[in-house]
Amino acid sequence: MTDLSKATIQGYRRDNGRVGVRNHVVILPVDDISNAACEAVANNVKGTLAIPHAYGRLQFGEDLDIHFRTMIGTGANANVAAVVVIGIEPEWTKTIVDGIAKTGKPVVGFSIEQNGDFETIRAASWKAKEFVHYATELQREECSISELWISTKCGESDTTTGLGSCPTVGNMYDKLLPEGITGFFGETSEITGAEHICQKRAINEEVGERWYKMWNAYQNDVIFAHQTDDLSDSQPTKGNILGGLTTIEEKALGNLEKIGRTSQYIDILEPAEQPRSGKGLYFMDSSSAAAECVTLMAAGGAVIHTFPTGQGNVVGNPIVPVIKITANPRTVRTMGEHIDVDVSGILRRDQTIDEAGDALIEMISRTANGRNTAAEALGHREFSMTKMYRSA
Amino acid sequence: MSEIPHLLVHDHDDSVGVVVIEGLEANTDMLVCVTHDNSTFRLTAGEAAPIGHKIALKDLKEGDTVFKYGEDIGIMKADVKKGDHLHTHNCKTKRW
Repeated sequence: MTDLSKATIQGYRRDNGRVGVRNHVVILPVDDISNAACEAVANNVKGTLAIPHAYGRLQFGEDLDIHFRTMIGTGANANVAAVVVIGIEPEWTKTIVDGIAKTGKPVVGFSIEQNGDFETIRAASWKAKEFVHYATELQREECSISELWISTKCGESDTTTGLGSCPTVGNMYDKLLPEGITGFFGETSEITGAEHICQKRAINEEVGERWYKMWNAYQNDVIFAHQTDDLSDSQPTKGNILGGLTTIEEKALGNLEKIGRTSQYIDILEPAEQPRSGKGLYFMDSSSAAAECVTLMAAGGAVIHTFPTGQGNVVGNPIVPVIKITANPRTVRTMGEHIDVDVSGILRRDQTIDEAGDALIEMISRTANGRNTAAEALGHREFSMTKMYRSA
Repeated sequence: MSEIPHLLVHDHDDSVGVVVIEGLEANTDMLVCVTHDNSTFRLTAGEAAPIGHKIALKDLKEGDTVFKYGEDIGIMKADVKKGDHLHTHNCKTKRW
């Protein structure tokens, strides 16, 4: 392994100083009924990316806060060069445009009421075309690997994730966090059974206590408030059980291997919240459902996602490359097209965790430099909004 | 390691190991590796088990706590013999 303190990648440095590894021009709907206009603009103007989603009308309170944070965070992500925002009405559209504009990147909003789809699509297409010309002239430049914001969340876990792919991510964090990267982990429900260990991995007691309060609130407000019977049918999932995981405790202990041996988290984030305490590892309060979690972490600012899988999750994200890592040789054999880093050597004992961590860091560098991940090549662009409760 | 292990165990105090080869059959003389320090021992598989599934490293009784990663991962709901398959049919979470 080369000296990580000198390791560089070729990235896009944005006006706010953040480093991106992709250069998307996003056409972002404020709400579900603006999806069609956004998709029409993306169809008119090649090199743009519409991100349709299911929500954005009559939400209120914390649920609306998460919606705005996710929309603004997605547009603000350093993998995005410029954004066209389209909403049914101008007010919430402006809220999102103003939030994204704080990054200094080009962003313009359009609203459909009193214009109709045709006029909105016409005006937005002109702007989208201008943004494509702008984005395609931006050049990659040398950036330190320490400037990357890297998230993790595992999926379709089995017992091999706890043995191989999660410790591989943990080894990467143990090596790159000291160099100054910003990291994200989360999956609040899947810490159940390892909460005593997770609390102790906080940088200090105060952060650990805040973490425990957050985890406990999730247990009380979500799990125990909504469960109709035993949760064993959902956690572990049916896929987890097929892969050999028996209980949530076993799953949680494997999951927590993703933060390695020495890494400590410095703060806790609300879903889709941007880190504000400087470089280091953050726990984001988040669902354990793959697309929801990756969407929230991307909105928090992660530009690369590392995704350990056992039985073979296929998730991707529209703006963030998702790197798949598996230690399960059967998954490599049966669905190898989804796998970026094969660490099945760990199970055969011919690859150490240290070597696997180095292989992941190399793949992170190559991905940052432009290599498309398996999920990108296969067109996986899952974007899933977290919904707290029914709209008004 | 020249021979590929059949079963990996996280910690010396664990009650179970994980099958890491495909098509493990009953009566296989398994090479077991403890990943904590790469120490090894032999164990005969009592039952077939798919890759990723767990084998009991000792006799466990109904009500016994199951340990993996050196931690409590659940409770036995039926007896299991050393070398046999341990999963949802005989083990359950203590959480829900």
